[in-house]
Amino acid sequence: MTITKITKTAPTAPSTHPAGTSPAPSPASPPGSPETVVIPVTGMTCAACQGRVQRALSKTAGVVDANVNLMMGSATVAYDARTTTPGTLVEAIRRTGYGAELPRAEESAFDEQDARDRAQEEEFRELRTKAIASAIVGVVAMLLSMPLMAAGARAARGVVADPFMRWAMDSLTPALRGAAPWLYAIPPAAISWTLLALALGVMGWAGRHFYTRAWSGFRHHSADMNTLIAVGTGAAFAYSVIATVAPGFFVAHGVAPDVYYEAVVIIIALILTGNAFEARAKRRTSAALRALAQLRPATARVARGDAEVDVPVEQVMSGDVIVVRPGERVPVDGEIVSGASAVDESMLTGESIPVEKQPGDRVIGGTINGTGAFRYRATTVGEASVLSRIVRLMRDAQGSRAPVQRLADRISAVFVPVVISIAVVTFATWFVASHVAGSTPGAAAVRAFAAAVAVLIIACPCAMGLAVPTAVMVSTGRGAELGVLIKGGEALQRAGDVSVVVFDKTGTVTEGKPAVTDVILAPAPARGAGLDERRLLSLVASLEGSSEHPLAEAIVRRAREVGVPVGTAESFQSHTGRGASGVVEGHALAAGNAALMRDWGVDVAPLAAEVERLGGEGKTTMYVDVDGRLAGVIAAADPIKPTSRSSVERLRAMGLDVVMLTGDTERTARAVARAAGIDHVVAGVLPEGKVEEVRRLQGEGKVVAMVGDGINDAPALAQADVGIAMGGGTDIAAEAGDVVLMRGDPRSVADAIALSRRTMRTMKQNLFWAFIYNVIGIPVAAGVLYPAFGLLLSPILASAAMAFSSVSVVSNSLRLRRA
Amino acid sequence: MGTLDFIIIALALALVAWVNWYFFLAERAHAAAAPAAARAGGVQEVTIAVEGGYEPRTIRVRAGEPVRLVFDRRENASCSEEVVFGDFGIRKYLPAFEKTVVELTPPRPGTYDFTCGMSMLHGKLVAE
Repeated sequence: MTITKITKTAPTAPSTHPAGTSPAPSPASPPGSPETVVIPVTGMTCAACQGRVQRALSKTAGVVDANVNLMMGSATVAYDARTTTPGTLVEAIRRTGYGAELPRAEESAFDEQDARDRAQEEEFRELRTKAIASAIVGVVAMLLSMPLMAAGARAARGVVADPFMRWAMDSLTPALRGAAPWLYAIPPAAISWTLLALALGVMGWAGRHFYTRAWSGFRHHSADMNTLIAVGTGAAFAYSVIATVAPGFFVAHGVAPDVYYEAVVIIIALILTGNAFEARAKRRTSAALRALAQLRPATARVARGDAEVDVPVEQVMSGDVIVVRPGERVPVDGEIVSGASAVDESMLTGESIPVEKQPGDRVIGGTINGTGAFRYRATTVGEASVLSRIVRLMRDAQGSRAPVQRLADRISAVFVPVVISIAVVTFATWFVASHVAGSTPGAAAVRAFAAAVAVLIIACPCAMGLAVPTAVMVSTGRGAELGVLIKGGEALQRAGDVSVVVFDKTGTVTEGKPAVTDVILAPAPARGAGLDERRLLSLVASLEGSSEHPLAEAIVRRAREVGVPVGTAESFQSHTGRGASGVVEGHALAAGNAALMRDWGVDVAPLAAEVERLGGEGKTTMYVDVDGRLAGVIAAADPIKPTSRSSVERLRAMGLDVVMLTGDTERTARAVARAAGIDHVVAGVLPEGKVEEVRRLQGEGKVVAMVGDGINDAPALAQADVGIAMGGGTDIAAEAGDVVLMRGDPRSVADAIALSRRTMRTMKQNLFWAFIYNVIGIPVAAGVLYPAFGLLLSPILASAAMAFSSVSVVSNSLRLRRA
Repeated sequence: MGTLDFIIIALALALVAWVNWYFFLAERAHAAAAPAAARAGGVQEVTIAVEGGYEPRTIRVRAGEPVRLVFDRRENASCSEEVVFGDFGIRKYLPAFEKTVVELTPPRPGTYDFTCGMSMLHGKLVAE
């Protein structure tokens, strides 16, 4: 990280304090105390860029101190609020040619999610109200138009416009005549005008957005679903208006002055109903994200001196000590200073068993405290907190695109103009065919018109547009519930295609830190009296307490676990590469390898066979010499995780090859692989070698998922088709991974791949159905089945089919919630 | 077939031709005539109206220099609630009836597409 720092006193700042003193801190900003603002800066690529921004800021009047950070892409500026404003600072940065934006409070991940939820909720309510109202008007319009159609039929002037209405009329007329004979006494013209008013009302209120959006799209030479609905219903309405205003014109040409008002109203009602269902289903696709965003509590109980004060969580500062009582939610990230408890982290890691926490352990904001109470010091707050980063990562993932969508994109780009063309051709074909077959031009036009409108209404580009994004949203949300963060549609798609899973041994298959496995005493006569395993462990732990070697830590940890006393060494000396020696409780102690023992003149032969056996099991051994005699040997190993074996078995059952990479020796690697059930092992690889190995597998045509801890194997994660970083709970900043596992459990790898596979299947189903729906629906609406089966689709039925098609795609995606 | 049929066929063909011309050919001409971004204070800035589409749909900018795009969303149709720049990994929520700023720097000359969250609305960023 590069940070340059220029400190400069604002020349215009009046000197209100004697030199060398600083203004007294006070809650209200006193004159002269600098305010600090962090401004995100974009476009900086090198140290020179950074320098330019830095200089520009420091030259700005009122700037007290400016820090430009290239890596973070931000400028932290302390300024005098009376001389300058953050806006001026942003302008100063922009003048240098780089982008800057005022950090806006409402842009936090949580608030943005809230704003979005509110907008979606509002949209759903509005659509629902409009759908219900237009459905009621639709039923009234349908009943009103029955006497009208009966009159038309009686006059034998032609076909009833809409086949669905013809069916409805045939089946309902007797009942309606019985129930409301007065309806049939109203003059047809009066009914027509009433229907016109009703249709106009519904179009102008409930369906208004179809027309305004179609029009604004049209002006931009673009067409979408709204264009189709607007043209379809608009044409039907225009035709009906002419028939109402000038029925004589129609009659003169031998055409029944039929009206389609009821069809217009019902079509709008059905499409709005579909949209309302779709809006509700779409809201559900982001339910997981919403649940995450709601995890953050509103307030935190901060210890201030002897008092505990409830403060809004936004005001918690890094370093504050926070008090958490039993059952409460942990407000921000931090480290426990006192007390202990078990904390339920399942909402973030998917780990169902509460995690024991002690002083020094990290807690994550949003998790729920169990029955204990503790105090902890806040570390990361606000946008840098784990929860906030997860929400942001999820949000980005949910909106990302999967490559499989490209086909849908290409189709939807040309879809609407092509459908309009098909509708026009349908009209001409029907007209000419009916006319040639002997119908009057009027009857031919009516039939052709119904078919053309049906084509416009049934075509649904929306289902195709929704097919992939909804599946991405639901499955990334489901992943988060499982503790698997998938960074977008592309990662999902590649993870679904994986054929081989490569584990980097340390920290994935194994725990990543050594633990003592064996304490073996030398044969009795040699080792000296009064020494047992516990005593040996106690002595060595006391010696190693001063060492920072991983093996030493393992020994001290073990001693604490079994409850033997750990003292301090009276003297301690480290022998690099060989071990350590010193004096503990008056005993001269040496612990290390065979070379160290040789130096001390100790014969290791009595334990050579044991050491050989332990080495074969992949363990690291350490001889211990007490007062010049070989006392015993302590063995340690990086233990494999309890779930490694079942995880590998599950991956195999899914048809995947499993490979383990490690920098360890062949012998250690084999031992671990055997325990984990892995056949393919590549041992002794350097970090660069890991990249090579991934590349080699890719060269064989394999799609490689690389599982690592995301820190020292970042290049291999990047090289792999899918990099899976095992975050171990808190480190989601493991940016190299396409997939981040919140839990250090290797079973999550199989979860991630299984979820991706199911998602891909869902996406393909969605695309198939959306595509097939249009491929079948449009020709049927155009009337291809009419010559053979006499089947013709009514525009009303077409609108029902279209409304259903988008809803079915979203519903299919929602099934992934149970994946 | 009578005269009327031929008239209908001719009208239909003309209408089909016009629809395809308007939405495909004229769209391209419309896009090609896109204005270049204004350079205000060293940053190329363009305001894009979001209402059933993006206006202008094509934005011409200079490659390698920062671009500031102000999306002015003038509707609450959920279709346009997000804008996605796939090549830049940018996805931004655009609150209704508000202006939202997207900043990016096209690394090299080329055409970078941007779309709405569901890929129904399309726009182009042409870097030269």
